[in-house]
Amino acid sequence: MTTLSIDHRPAQDGGRSASRMHRLPVPADSVVDPRIGSAGLALLALEDGTVFAGHAFGAPVASGGDLVVNTSQTGYQEVCTDPSYAGQLVVMTYPLIGNHGRLAHDDQSTRPWLRGLIVSHATAAVLDDARQLVHLLRERGVPAICGLDTRALARHLRATGSQRAVITAPWELDETAAVSAAVAVPRWEDQDFVGQVSVADPYEVGDDGPLVAVVDYGLKRNIVRALVARGMRVRVLPHTATGADVLTPEIAGIVLSPGPGDPARLDGPVALARAVIADGRPMLGICLGHQIVARAAGAETRRLRFGHHGANHPVRDLGTGTVQVTAQNHEVEVVGESLPAASGFVVSQRNLNDGSVEGLRHENERIETVQYHPEGSPGPLDALEVFDRFAQRLG
Amino acid sequence: MTLVARRTPGPAGVPTRPDSALILGSGPVVIGQAAEFDYAGTQACRALREEGVRTILLNSNPATIMTDPGVADAVYLEPLTLEVATRVIERERPDGLLAGLGGQTALNLAVELARAGVLERYGVRMLGTPLEAIEMAEDRELFRSLLTRIGQPFAESEIIEGVTAAERTTAADRALARIGLPAIVRPAFTLGGSGGGIVTTESGYRERVRAGLRASPIGQVMVERYLSGWQEIEYEVMRDRDDTCIAVCSMENVDPLGVHTGDSIVIAPVQTLPDQVHQRLRSAALAIIRALGVEGGCNVQFALSPDSKDYAVIEVNPRVSRSSALASKATGYPIARVAAQIAIGRTLAEIPNAITGTTVAAFEPALDYVVVKLPRFPFDKFPRANRTLGSQMKATGEVMAIDRTFGAALNKALRGLEQAGAGFLAEDPGWADELAVLASGRLEAGERSARLVEFLAPSDSRLWRLLALLRRGASDREIVTATGISPWFVAEMSRLIRLEGQLRAAGTQGGQIPVELLVAAKRAAFGDRDIATLTGLAPAEVAARRAEIGLRPGYAMVDTCAAEFAAATPYFYSTYAASGSPPEAGPVLRPGALVIGSGPVRIGQGIEFDYCAVQAADALRRSGWSAVMVNSNPETVSTDFDASTRLYFEPLDAESVLDIVVAETVPGEPLLSAMLAFGGQTPLGLAGALEAAGVPLPGLDPEIIERAEERTRFAGIVARLGIPQPEGGMATSIEEALAVADRVGYPVLVRPSYVIGGLAIDTCFGPEDVVRQLAAATIVSEDRPVRIDAYLEGLEVDVDAVSDGQVVLVPGLIEHVERAGVHSGDSIGVFPPQRIGAADQALLVAAMTRVTLAIGARGLVNAQFIVRDDGVYLIEVNPRASRTVPFISKVTGVPMVELATRVALGASLAELGWRGGLLDPPPLVAVKAPVFSTNKLLGVDPALGPGMQSTGEVIGIHADPDVAMAKALLAARSLPPVPTPAADVALLSIADRDKERLLELALALAAVGYRFAATQGTAARLRAAGHAVEEVARLGPESAGSPGMVDLIRSGRVALVVNTPSPSSGPIRDAAEIRHSAIAEGVLCLTSVDTAVAVARSLDPALWDRILDVRSLADWQALVRS
Repeated sequence: MTTLSIDHRPAQDGGRSASRMHRLPVPADSVVDPRIGSAGLALLALEDGTVFAGHAFGAPVASGGDLVVNTSQTGYQEVCTDPSYAGQLVVMTYPLIGNHGRLAHDDQSTRPWLRGLIVSHATAAVLDDARQLVHLLRERGVPAICGLDTRALARHLRATGSQRAVITAPWELDETAAVSAAVAVPRWEDQDFVGQVSVADPYEVGDDGPLVAVVDYGLKRNIVRALVARGMRVRVLPHTATGADVLTPEIAGIVLSPGPGDPARLDGPVALARAVIADGRPMLGICLGHQIVARAAGAETRRLRFGHHGANHPVRDLGTGTVQVTAQNHEVEVVGESLPAASGFVVSQRNLNDGSVEGLRHENERIETVQYHPEGSPGPLDALEVFDRFAQRLG
Repeated sequence: MTLVARRTPGPAGVPTRPDSALILGSGPVVIGQAAEFDYAGTQACRALREEGVRTILLNSNPATIMTDPGVADAVYLEPLTLEVATRVIERERPDGLLAGLGGQTALNLAVELARAGVLERYGVRMLGTPLEAIEMAEDRELFRSLLTRIGQPFAESEIIEGVTAAERTTAADRALARIGLPAIVRPAFTLGGSGGGIVTTESGYRERVRAGLRASPIGQVMVERYLSGWQEIEYEVMRDRDDTCIAVCSMENVDPLGVHTGDSIVIAPVQTLPDQVHQRLRSAALAIIRALGVEGGCNVQFALSPDSKDYAVIEVNPRVSRSSALASKATGYPIARVAAQIAIGRTLAEIPNAITGTTVAAFEPALDYVVVKLPRFPFDKFPRANRTLGSQMKATGEVMAIDRTFGAALNKALRGLEQAGAGFLAEDPGWADELAVLASGRLEAGERSARLVEFLAPSDSRLWRLLALLRRGASDREIVTATGISPWFVAEMSRLIRLEGQLRAAGTQGGQIPVELLVAAKRAAFGDRDIATLTGLAPAEVAARRAEIGLRPGYAMVDTCAAEFAAATPYFYSTYAASGSPPEAGPVLRPGALVIGSGPVRIGQGIEFDYCAVQAADALRRSGWSAVMVNSNPETVSTDFDASTRLYFEPLDAESVLDIVVAETVPGEPLLSAMLAFGGQTPLGLAGALEAAGVPLPGLDPEIIERAEERTRFAGIVARLGIPQPEGGMATSIEEALAVADRVGYPVLVRPSYVIGGLAIDTCFGPEDVVRQLAAATIVSEDRPVRIDAYLEGLEVDVDAVSDGQVVLVPGLIEHVERAGVHSGDSIGVFPPQRIGAADQALLVAAMTRVTLAIGARGLVNAQFIVRDDGVYLIEVNPRASRTVPFISKVTGVPMVELATRVALGASLAELGWRGGLLDPPPLVAVKAPVFSTNKLLGVDPALGPGMQSTGEVIGIHADPDVAMAKALLAARSLPPVPTPAADVALLSIADRDKERLLELALALAAVGYRFAATQGTAARLRAAGHAVEEVARLGPESAGSPGMVDLIRSGRVALVVNTPSPSSGPIRDAAEIRHSAIAEGVLCLTSVDTAVAVARSLDPALWDRILDVRSLADWQALVRS
């Protein structure tokens, strides 16, 4: 057994630090499967001075970003390859991450976008070492840390709200320096993530059916699959696409994809959405796409205290009364009260837990938006009919 | 009584909420239907009462919480039959019937009520899942066409049914041709997969189909392709009338398909499934409940191919189940409660989430921990039973554990099994040779793999066999190949074995255990005891080392939402992964006490003790105390998060309980008190360790326990008090045992100290019996002396009392129908005594009072006496709650557990308004009848003896003792069918010592139309008394020119077998094959002549109408008061 120990100095935080609790060294083999192996001790330091120690098992580098807590019990691979997590350190509350390795088909984009992965236990797929999730992280320079009490971390964040943090490189155990680094992490709101994750050149998928323009602000593969499965051809366009780009005659409908970051920064996409609304062609906005359409309609968006990230959020359709369990991954909500009555849009769906806006519908135009992820990946596929409705609207 | 049903008007199309509902319970605990339905029914009753619905409960099981006054508005402790249920409906005129919470028993009864037109006649609406949905899910043919319609795959299968034997044979031939072998045979409408199994040979197939057709109440079996090596995945799903559907919990069986899920190691949530596969199955489960139209809870089981590409729907249970109880405890989501609310028309979106208090029931719990369930098998009581596992369930109970890794949760579950030889390190000495061969590496590959397959065949011990092999260097891959268990689980077990090896290595080096290694071991939930064993230290040294380095478990909350929302739930588990984290809650408010539960349901320690634990927690809370509950059994009411101030789901070992006490105590303050008297024998085993740690033990402490249980001290106390007791003595070796037996004279009862349920107690009729029993079980040693007592024949009486140390209250006496020698838990009990005179009763109560005061218990005391012409003998005293406490509490109205709890806290009985002595018996008779599950345990001899066998009990109440008896026997399904021309033979084979009652028996049977077949001696007696008798050969076919008994039983003409074995000892009793074939053919088999006479007399048609004189418990108690 690797014998590890760490100096537990209290952080300079006025006594709030969880790291002030007496902690004993966590042996590597207890928290990292030997097939993966610990790269050494590392720290997770929060901007409020809280420091957790753990074992580094991803890429041996330091990385910082906003902490988000995901409560999905399955789908760690989809989470890791979801572009919406760009710029974030993702905490998985499910304590065993890695059990079935990675299946290439399930990747949601070309690479992992998150800044770091934080788990309780790094487990391994057993039969095929090549398939370990950790290879993806190491190849792509994404650090990961395990062996900390992720529930304690999630509780802490519930109390404090979102925070910036850093995962230190292996054996970089200076807590004060780490906390300073966390404070120095650029603010999430100030960063352009969409530009980083969007595709550079347009491409098309599908052989037959009406052509749909999908603007990639951080597109997940399962959205494309869901559209193609419903008989559409899909043209994926980069985030820089304008109204003119998507409103060419051959385009039957427009999908604004999910993606990372704050929609308040996205003037171009909002202008695109306005153009589509004016044009009257069918449009579907998902997650960030929903927020962009809302802003185009004149609504405000604001940051949630700590976001919705999970596979168990109940959403009620205000028209039918039906409740569906949905996959969610967003930091920002549309402020329902700010939606101008004259916009023609109405709030069509709301979250049962906190009442936040989960969908908009245009009263006259063929436009629908959803805050959640009907494509799941990970998460329930109960709301796939969102794509069915879009297909019907194409006529 | 409401005579006119009132209905609240509701919006058009929306069913109105019922004003009153009849809730059907599940009856006695049997294998396949245990405490989980008490939990479900109790939750349902409470939920409906909160909604203002008048609740009427029908259940025959007196040991349940649900039948306690105060849980439902009207409680009917009456048999669960069509006629009785009809009468209850007539009396109560409920608006609705809730049948989805009482297991298969309740569902079947609801179907009967509907088919008989009773529901329609009285305007009773089925609440929750509609009848058509139930029928569609339960009828294999209808279900298959539904699956086809919605495009859900299922394993290829064929239905076998038919009116004539020829039709059935044709169907069986066709099925065999279509499906092939191996196949699974599943009888329709049976619980726990009764009568089903995997068959690999044609003869096995024919036999199983024949038995399955008999076992199925509708005479239908399905033969299904056996998807060998596929994984079994389960979903607990719910749907409401708005069509909102949720999946509460996913579960993955560690054992591949083929082992009943109740017998499988189960983990929640799913572990080895990628999201895509998980979502595919989840979506399929939701599609199925939508198509069925379920309104409430439903369990869907899938088989998943090893490459995860294909799946098949295996089974759907449109009701709450054992799995849903497990899912509720695993997630914190109260499925039964929500199902009941849905049944009266509420929707998931409007029902609050009781755990968080801020969100609603329409969501899916997110777990941030791992749950492992292990089955608890009864084979410690039945070592000769067939221990292979298949599609018929054999476990009596289960233990659940929560931690952050599979290995840790598995280790905690193993610690919670409370079974000798069932720890992580346990190995059966009988495996030594095979393990040596397998470990030697000398076997040729083909043979090695064949022997591995055989050694690891599904059985109750497969987990330990597997660990033993890993310990000896078998590769993960070999284990996976031999068992079909998913590689990930095997690999995680391997990690535990590696850690075990490191601990052993550290032990051989001597000195202190390195800190990191101890941390690793504790994170993997190795108990201090196992660490001590591995390192050669004493458990106390391990604990001391932990204390020295400050290594203590953290406690995390089960909150349904992985900490996303603040939750006020009082439900916790320990984990060393949270060691050192800020605590989620401070110690409970004082005064407070810990109530220790009774762990997994097993024979001898069942649901009765959960009743007592729940009542004790309730009494504490009503006295203004905080009640902290610890238990490991997911089926129970005690592990419901609102049954106590705070719940700890933990193994019931000394380490876990002490850690809780410390966590619940502010440093420097007095430790939290612990109440030991309410969890059966389990907490008594912890008394020493708790006392040594300084834990206050109000009411019951090690000194009291020792006075009652240490046989020499006990005998001394009893002798000093001048109370007669059977002659006997202690022995620490076989030689001494023989000497004692010689002195007191045979037959003798041999019993080890500190046992419950009479484990390893047996009657010995000669020296050879003594030698065989003690040698085989290696149960005698210097540390563990055995007591040898003269066996006294006489009337046995069970006494339960409450003492405050000064005054002893005896609410009632229970007289056994069977003479002494049959375990009290297996005897029919009658309250109040019918055959014991006032003088003897007074003598008995005086003795009980004296011995109780001498032992010094403050609380509950149970004792057994034998009443004979030559005196009243005291057999045994247990200073704790007993199996009969719920029964006596209910029939006398004395809240025994509450009194015991308050007395332990310092009150006197006088202050509580009670006097000492025997209470006057009410003008009613209550009969408690045992219920057995031996028909599910191939190879178990049902012959009654001093070792307990029954799994449950029922009650019959009436003013007339004969009616009460008939009711109880009816409820216990211990009455044979009314004779028909095709089956009218009572086959009697009565031992000589029982022949005095033979004529009484024959007369009662003849009166209802039975004809007799009998063995030689019995036949001679019957003929002499003028009965016509067909004589049968004692054993074997056609010997002595008469038909063999076994052949006769198999002919189908026999409706009742009474076979009382001749005195002999040991596990293989005389003529066991008679009893085995009776069980195999589903023929009632009675083995005590006393039981048989009671049964035969209960067949009197004059009693039948009077059995339908049913009343609620309150009405019976009004009779008591009037």
